Amino acid sequence: MTILDQTDRDLLNIVQNGLPVVPEPYRALAEELHVSEEEIIRRLGRLKDAGVIRRLGAVFDSRRVGYKGTLCALKVPPEQISEVAAIINGFRGVTHNYLRDHEFNMWFTVLAESQDKLEQTIENIRGQTGIKELLSLPAENVFKIGVHFKIT
Amino acid sequence: MLSEQEKELVRELQKGLPLVSRPFLDIADRLGLSEEEIIAKVKDFLTKGVIRRFGAVVKHQDVGYVANAMVVWPVTEERIMEAGRAMASFPEVSHCYNRLSAPGWPYTLYTVIHGKEEQDCRSIAEKIASSIGITGYRILFSTAELKKSSVEYFLE
Repeated sequence: MTILDQTDRDLLNIVQNGLPVVPEPYRALAEELHVSEEEIIRRLGRLKDAGVIRRLGAVFDSRRVGYKGTLCALKVPPEQISEVAAIINGFRGVTHNYLRDHEFNMWFTVLAESQDKLEQTIENIRGQTGIKELLSLPAENVFKIGVHFKIT
Repeated sequence: MLSEQEKELVRELQKGLPLVSRPFLDIADRLGLSEEEIIAKVKDFLTKGVIRRFGAVVKHQDVGYVANAMVVWPVTEERIMEAGRAMASFPEVSHCYNRLSAPGWPYTLYTVIHGKEEQDCRSIAEKIASSIGITGYRILFSTAELKKSSVEYFLE
């Protein structure tokens, strides 16, 4: 756990909601927080290095970028979890992978540049892991995506 | 479909906004464009929804929200739009998707719920269930995060 001071928390709450798309965005934040631009840049750099900020700047909508994606669920025998996870995580298009407390115990998201490449990736995953029970659950409608957490 | 020039910009932007006084100028110099052109294109991407938001993505485990539950709901076709919108309106729900069902897998709505602990997630799921009138949901807690990364678009 990284220790955050009040200025870090204020800064995180502001930048989670958005960075101004202006020539000097960090100066704009500095004015809002009554600190120097250099301090904003230094703090953001530190929060990124510490992993508190995972990403700064543009968050793309993969569908509007033209990518195709799906959520897959797998039934992996407990003794094969680390081996299967290593195979799946090795695919560049796999962005998230979680173990969950269900018979379908491994849940991962895959993105690819086209529907063909997406299906090919899933076939490769089936082939390389040897796991037969795999559900592919593509999204039909997105009602909400992403959230801001109030940092107190 | 994005143009080749737009793909170039996506490649640059996904590296993260440079931590320099004029970050858009920095990107512009690398792409041989002007700062104004980059700013205009970022705004255009925001308007079109290609960029979902422009800001910071914070790792939530580091800010005290530890429990993460995926709740799957067996909602019939005719109620999906209404129930999906209603679920999305709960502040504790970070993601809400409608997905195709599969043989032996009747669930059609998926919500991700975050709480400070597991019990919070259970209470929130129950609150949603009773408010919308849907039973038979399942809560799948994450027991390990095996991978979490951002996709890198348009790599060669």
